[in-house]
This record gives sequence, structure tokens and C-alpha cells, in this order.
Amino acid sequence: MDSDDEVNSVISSEDLGGDADSSVGDFGGDDSDVDFDELQEHDGFDTQEKDLKPRKKAFEIDHKVYSPEDIQRQQDDQVAEVATLLEQPHESTAILLRYGRWNKERLIEQYMDNQEEVLDKAGLGQDVQKSPPRIEVIDGFVCDICCEDTPGLRSFALKCGHRFCVDCYRQYLAQKIRGEGEAARIKCPGDGCNRVVDAKSLDILVRTDLTDRYHQLLMRTYVDDKENLKWCPSPNCVYAIECGVRKRDLTRVVPTVFCDCKHSFCFGCTLPDHQPCPCSLVKLWLKKCEDDSETANWISANTKECPKCHSTIEKNGGCNHMTCRKCRNEFCWMCMGMWSEHGTSWYNCSRFEEKSGLDARDAQARSRQSLERYLHYFNRYHNHEQSAKLDKDIFHKTEKKMTLLQSASDMSWIEVQFLEEASQALQRCRQTLKWTYAFAYYLARNNETEIFEDNQKNLELAVEDLSEMFEKPTDQLSGLRVEMMDKTTFCNRRRIVVLDDTAKRLKEGVSYNLHFYGFGVVC
Amino acid sequence: MASMSSKRLQKELTKIQGTLPPGITLVSAPDLREWVMDISIIDNPIYPPNETYRMRFSFSPSYPIEAPEVVFVVLAAPERKIPIHPHIYSNGIICLDLLDSQGWSPVHNVESVCISIQSMLAGNTKAERPPGDAEFVRSNRQRPRDINFLYHDPKV
Repeated sequence: MDSDDEVNSVISSEDLGGDADSSVGDFGGDDSDVDFDELQEHDGFDTQEKDLKPRKKAFEIDHKVYSPEDIQRQQDDQVAEVATLLEQPHESTAILLRYGRWNKERLIEQYMDNQEEVLDKAGLGQDVQKSPPRIEVIDGFVCDICCEDTPGLRSFALKCGHRFCVDCYRQYLAQKIRGEGEAARIKCPGDGCNRVVDAKSLDILVRTDLTDRYHQLLMRTYVDDKENLKWCPSPNCVYAIECGVRKRDLTRVVPTVFCDCKHSFCFGCTLPDHQPCPCSLVKLWLKKCEDDSETANWISANTKECPKCHSTIEKNGGCNHMTCRKCRNEFCWMCMGMWSEHGTSWYNCSRFEEKSGLDARDAQARSRQSLERYLHYFNRYHNHEQSAKLDKDIFHKTEKKMTLLQSASDMSWIEVQFLEEASQALQRCRQTLKWTYAFAYYLARNNETEIFEDNQKNLELAVEDLSEMFEKPTDQLSGLRVEMMDKTTFCNRRRIVVLDDTAKRLKEGVSYNLHFYGFGVVC
Repeated sequence: MASMSSKRLQKELTKIQGTLPPGITLVSAPDLREWVMDISIIDNPIYPPNETYRMRFSFSPSYPIEAPEVVFVVLAAPERKIPIHPHIYSNGIICLDLLDSQGWSPVHNVESVCISIQSMLAGNTKAERPPGDAEFVRSNRQRPRDINFLYHDPKV
């Protein structure tokens, strides 16, 4: 499955009912290190705003989008806070925090318990020289790397005292940063030395192009280190998202988050939005589709199974008297009954039903049924994926259509906006519908299934109606304006109903049809 | 910067053409890209004292910032075999953290690498190849520097 090509849902104010920074969520980060308050802007209208906002829906999850500057500020704030506590310079504190994977409390605790050990392990141990590192010229110095001993050679050493010439140090750092993509744990070039190169020393030694890359790498490790932060996977997007959802909660919640770049993705698996289907099922489903959808289609259309050993057989010619290559069972291709019961009515099965044939067809029917069942869901899933792609093409044409409509009728730009809204609603709803089919495939049948299927059906009907209207020629569109606006709203509402219902059920725990899970998968 | 590796190697060459520790000899250094060294092991029954092993050092222009590529090589005359060791594959590739970008320090040099490998062999007690040797030798097309070895055994 080419998931990169999926439609990026676009957020409308409507389905972002409660904004990301509203009340505490069900899975709110309880030990998150980030200080929300510092990053939020208070404007005195807070309470009023909250009262006016619609309540958060069951399928929505609290999250926050951070720009690289925000992330830098987060790091700086934490460094500043811990630095005063530990009485360490900022650049050393940053190294300590990276070593402790930004878990402030644990780091401070460990540091208070055994300062020496923590400093040593973090790469800050054994200070030989006390003065802050700087570029110096030392008499009689020979660089151990290049063996240069020219008088006046500029050299540098970290606090560990391993001194090398500035050129060698620069080359070494360039190799580490550019070549190996290393930043957080670049060690002193000295043999066996654990001392980590700090940001201040790096700034002294290298040019800005390399420091930029260095800080970029540091930022990447910061986000990667923190469980509640993830980069937006959209190409060229620089934002990171914070979401408090836990790994163990992913069976009960589908945490779709909306980046400021308009990309919506699942915080759990970073795949494009797949509500209402939980991550583990998405993974299974995608794997299954990758493995066998086309093959299964062909098998279903062209083969039958041996009634005895269930080997798949393709009849590519010849008579109805089949002999299974595998188990040597002889049977009739027409009625699937045993050949021995056919007597003399060879090659033309017009025989009255004997029991064996009925049984065989029963067994076959059952196994075919499970295949048909899969194909039922797959075809619908696939259909919405394809339609969403087509709608995406139409989306690109929408603007043209809107301009056309403006000139054809006397509508203003604002008045033709309904087309864009319809287009967005279509894509969003198809994305949801697509995943309802994957979800339904794994769902165990019970009373609630009917509610789910009704919701699904209602959404599907609404989407198809809207889609049909959307395709109408431009001259008819102006007359359909009100109707399309209504339909768009209706689609969006139906979508929320589906998502809200499934999200509630997921939270309570859903029973799955484990037979389709395959072996060893626990959801 | 080609001048970096050449200047350094020139200095190293001058030094090892003078004195080298026992059991380590420079065979040839035709240019500043590839050197050939011989080592022999004393005091370990696994390696007969009359046997000598040949190593090829290849240097990139960014040596010594980057580690050299070091492998054992087979030769018919004079006879040179690949020493048997749990970290040396039968195609001569050595699994040693010192030669990996993580374990390498630019302070190391040809002599110190030879000494390290010599002592790695001298301290060896197992006359065996690494696990999965046959498979690795058959399938490996990578250069030693690109292989991600797992240094799971800090003792040897």
C-alpha cells in the first residue's frame, strides 16, 4: 500500500471541536516534562473561551504543535532550570540532560546520590584543567593526530586535557557531524577518553554551517528521546507534535493529531490518519493487503479446492474427472462429489445429489466464505482509497471550477467556497470510510456491530451523494449550492457519529474476531 | 584534505622504519595509501612461533580522523595464513572495535593498531573462527568499514 500518497485530511474548525490546548485529556501526559504554561499565551479571556468551546469528542486527543523555535526554547528552559539546581554551567547541564534522556527528576536524584558517577557516565568526568576550554598556543606542542610541531600552532583541549591542533579538531568534528550524523555524544579524539564535546567548545572550534547542523541533530535527538514528542512525518515539515498518549493505550484509542502543515497523522504509528481503526489492526491489515489481495482475488475467481485435502486446484482443461495430485482423491469438478459415486455418467455430471458432494461443497463454501469475506472488506477499502485519490485530483481542479462558477453566475468568491469545503469533506470522509472497512474485517459480530454498520452505511450514502453532486457540470453547480452545503455538513456530522461511536467502544474494549488475526498477535 | 593523511603517514613511516616492537615488521609502504605489515605471536601455543601473519592497511585521505581499513591477507610464498581467532573471519576481516568509527581515535596509529592486534592474538585461548564464519565469508560483499559489527565480547 502506498500510504504516502494518501489524502491529507485538512482540519476544519468543525471537527476540531475542542481545541488542542483545552482541558485535560483522558491520556494527558501525567509526567510530561514540558511546562505547558510557559508556552501558552494567556490573554485573560481563557475561561470565557473554554465555556464557549464545544466539548471534546471521544475520538479527539489533546495535542500541541511545536515549531523548531518552541522546541529549542523548551530545551533551553529545562537546561536553565536544572543548571541552577545542579550548579553546573549550561553546556554541561545540557550534556547531563541528554545523558538522562531529559528525565529531569531522575537525573537530579541520581546526581544528588552520586555526583562523580553521573558526571563520569555522562562524559563530564575527570577535569584536568579547571579553566574553560579555549584555543591556545603552547610552546613545544606536538599534535598527536597530524604530528605537526610548527611553533605557534593553535591548539585546543577539553577539560580532560587531551590537546590537539585546531585543524585536526575541526576535521574530527566535521567527520562526526557530517559523516556520522553524531551530535549528542561526540567524544574527545583522545584514545579511550569519554569526555563529551560540549556546545560551547564546538562553537569555538567550527564554522556556522556546521554548528547549524549540530544543533539540528541535537534537536532531533531531543524529540526522539522524548516519548510524548514526535516529528510530523510529512515531507519537509519542521514541526513536532506533543501528545500524551501511551503505547499501552493504543488498543483503546486512535490518536490522530493535526500538524500546522495541514497533515493529519496517527501519533501512535505516524501513518496517515487511520481513525477509527487502531494501530495494531492497521498494521495487520496493511500486511495482509500487501501479501494477498490480488492473489486471493484470482484464487477466488479461478480455482476450487480438493474436497479432501483442500489443495487449491485450477482446472485448465480436460474433463470433470479430477484426480488431486496431492492426495490422489478422485472427484467431480461439477458437483465436487466423490467420483466413485458417479457410476457411468462420466464427463457429464447430471447426477442426483449424493451426500458426499453436498458435504464437500459445504466445506468448500466455508473456506470460500472466509476469502469472500476478506475480499468484501478489501474491495470497499480499496474503492475508497481509489476514490479519495480521484477526489484529490478533483480537488486540484476545484479552484478552477470555482473561478468558472464565479464568472458563469454572479456569485462572489466567498459564495463559491462551498465547493472547496465539499471537496475537503469528501476526502476526509473517504479516509475514515476506508478504515472502517479494515476495522470491520476484524470486528467480532455482536449487537453493537449493527450500530456500527448502520453508521458506516449512512456515512457512505452521504458521501456518495455529495460525490455525485460534486461531479455535476459547472452550470448546474450554482443551483445546487444550498443543497451541497447541507450535504457537506451532513457528511461531516455522519463522520463524527462514526468516529465518536467507535472511539467510545474502543475505550470500553472491543471484541475482535481473533480467527482473522493469525497466530501470536495479541491486541 | 589529502595533505593531512600524507603528512601524518610520512611521520609514522619515518618512525617505524627506525624501531618497532618485537614481532612487528614493516613489509612495504609503496605509497601513502596502502601499507603491508607482518606480525608474529610469541608465547601462545595456538600460533606457532615460526608462523607470520600478513596485514594490509588501507588509508583514506581523511586518515587519521577516519580509521584505516585493516585486514589479514593470504599469501603462498612466503606462506601467510589467516590466524585463527574468534574475531577474525577466514577471509581476513577483523572484528575489532578499535577499527570501527565508534572505537577509533585519531590518536591511534599503524604501530598501535599492530600492537593491539598482536596482543589480541597473544591473549587468545580459543582456536576457533567467529560464529557464522562460513555464511559471512560466502555472503559478505561489504567493505570492513561498512559492516556493523556487534562487539559483544569485551574480553578479547
